[in-house]
Amino acid sequence: MKYIPHLLRSRKRKILEENIMKSIMAITTYSIILVFIYLILVISWKGIPALSWEMISEIPSGGFYFGKEGGILNAIIGSIYLSVGATFLSLLISIPIALYLNIHLLHHNRIKGGIRYLLDILWGIPSILYGAFGFILMIVFHLQASLLAGIITLALLITPIIIRAFDEALQGIPEGLLEASYAMGLTRNQIAFHIFVRQAMPGLITATLIGFGRAIGDAASVLFTTGYTDHIPTSLDDPTASLPLAIFFQLSSPIPEVRERAYAAAFILTLIILAISLLIRLCTSRLSKYQI
Amino acid sequence: MYNNDIIRIENLHVTTATQVILKDINLKIPRNRITVILGPSGCGKTTLLKCLNRLTDLHPQLQVSGKVWIDDEDIFQPNVDVIAVRKKMGLLSQRPYPLPMSIYQNVAYGLKMQGIADKHTIRERVQHYLEEVGLWKEVKDRLHSPASKLSIGQQQRLCLARGLAVQPEIILADEPTSALDPISSKKIEEKFLELKSDYTLVLVTHILRQAKRLADHVIFMYLGEVIEQGTPQEIFEHPQTTILREYLKSGH
Ligand SMILES: Nc1ncnc2c1ncn2[C@@H]1O[C@H](COP(=O)(O)OP(=O)(O)OP(=O)(O)O)[C@@H](O)[C@H]1O
Ligand SMILES: [Mg+2]
Repeated sequence: MKYIPHLLRSRKRKILEENIMKSIMAITTYSIILVFIYLILVISWKGIPALSWEMISEIPSGGFYFGKEGGILNAIIGSIYLSVGATFLSLLISIPIALYLNIHLLHHNRIKGGIRYLLDILWGIPSILYGAFGFILMIVFHLQASLLAGIITLALLITPIIIRAFDEALQGIPEGLLEASYAMGLTRNQIAFHIFVRQAMPGLITATLIGFGRAIGDAASVLFTTGYTDHIPTSLDDPTASLPLAIFFQLSSPIPEVRERAYAAAFILTLIILAISLLIRLCTSRLSKYQI
Repeated sequence: MYNNDIIRIENLHVTTATQVILKDINLKIPRNRITVILGPSGCGKTTLLKCLNRLTDLHPQLQVSGKVWIDDEDIFQPNVDVIAVRKKMGLLSQRPYPLPMSIYQNVAYGLKMQGIADKHTIRERVQHYLEEVGLWKEVKDRLHSPASKLSIGQQQRLCLARGLAVQPEIILADEPTSALDPISSKKIEEKFLELKSDYTLVLVTHILRQAKRLADHVIFMYLGEVIEQGTPQEIFEHPQTTILREYLKSGH
C-alpha cells in the first residue's frame, strides 16, 4: 500500500469530516431532547407532589390563593372550552382559505404569494397584540370579558398558523393527481373536498394540533379578553378562567404552597395537550391511510 | 347529420413563451376506431392528448390556438361546459394516479358521479368494471385497502376501470402498458379491441408491434408536427418520409 498514501490520507479525511458532521447533528438532536426531558421532569417533580384529586375536581374556595383548599377545575374546563372552541372556529375559516389558495388561485402567483407573505407576518405577531386587538373589538361591540371574546381572539391568533400549515400540505399534492381529477370531469368543489382534503389529511391534522397547542398554552391573548373567575362558565357571555393564567397567578404568589400548585397546573396542562394530540391522531389515522 | 369523425382538429398551435410545442396540427379522429399516435419522446403526444379535454387550462404557460371539435362542438370556445367535455373522455395518463381512496371507492366514485346511489347496483358495477380490466381476482379480498398499495401495473388497470365507470365516449390512453408485464399488456390490448365497438380510442405508444396489432388509423408526429397519417398499411408498409422510415427501422 506504499504507493497510494495520499489517497489513503484523503479517504481518512473524508471519514473524519463525515464523523464530525454526524457528531454535531447528533449532539444538537440529543441536547434538544434532553432539554425537553428535563423540562418535563421539572414539571412532574414539582407538580406531582402538589397534585391531588381535590385539585382537579374542585373550583377554588375563598382562601385558595393563600394555600387553603379548593382546586383549579374552573381553569381546566375554561382552557378546554377556549382552545377547542377557538380551534373549531379557526378550522371553519382556515380550511376554505387554504383550499381557495391551492385550487382557485393556483395560477395567480402574485396574489397567492402576497397572501402567504401576509399570513407569515401575522404568524409572527406576538400574542399580546392579538389580546389588545381583541380588547378593542370588545369595546367596539360592547362585549364584556367573556368566553366568546376569548374564543374569537384565540381563533384570530391561530388561524394564520393553521392556514399556512395546511397550505404547505396542499402544495405537496402531485400535479398528476390534480390532472387526473380534472380529467375525470370533477368540479373544483369536488376536487377540494373529496380529493385534496383526503390527500392532505395528515397535514390538516398536524395543522390542527399546532393551532390547538398554541391556543391552549397562550396566556397573553386571553388576559384582557376572557377575564378570570373562580367559577365554571355556563354560557358564552361568562368570564372564563384558563390554565396559563392560573399558572401565572399562582407562580407570582409569595406563598410556597401556592407556587407548588402552579407546577401541578402546568403538569395538568401538559397532560391535556398530550391526551388531545393522541386522541386526534388515533381518530384520524384511519382517514389518512388512503394517501397516494 | 351523422359525422364519422368524432374529433376534428384544425390549425392547432400550442406554444410557451420560449418553445413551440405543437405546430399547425390538422387531424380527424374516426369514431369507434383505435387511433394510434407514434413519435419520438418529447414530440408533443401527451400535450396533444391534453388539448382534447382542455387539461391545458391547468397550465397557463401553454398558449393554445386553433380549433378542436368534439361531437361538432368547438371545445375551446369560452362558453363551453368544460366539465361535460371532460366527462366524455376517460384519460389514462402516462403514470397512474389513483384517487386517495380505497380500491373499491376509486371505481365507485365514478359511478356516484353519474348519480347512481343504490348500494347494490354500485357493488355489482364495481365488480363488473374490475373484472373488465382483469383486476378483480387480484383485489377481491382487499377491496377496502388503499389504492396506493397496489403495484404500478395494477394501479394502471384500476385507473382504466375508474375511467370506464364514468362511461365516456372517448378513451385517451397515454402509453397505458408501459408499466405492465407482457401478459397484462396483452389483456389490456384485448380489452381495447373489445372497447372499440362502444368507444373511440386514442392511444399513444412507443411499441411499434402494439401499434400494428391495434391501430385502425396511425398518426406519426415529429417535433410538434404531424408528419404522416393514414391506415396502418400506408404508414407501416409505405412510409413516405425519411424521418418515418428511420423511426420504423430503429423501432421494434
Ligand atoms: N406544462 C408545460 N410547460 C412547458 N413545457 C411543456 C409543458 N408540457 C410539455 N411541455 C414541453 O412540450 C414538449 C412535448 O412534451 P410532451 O409531454 O407532449 O411529449 P411526449 O411526446 O408526450 O413525450 P414522451 O413520449 O416522452 O411522453 C416537451 O419539450 C416539453 O418540455
Ligand atoms: Mg408523453
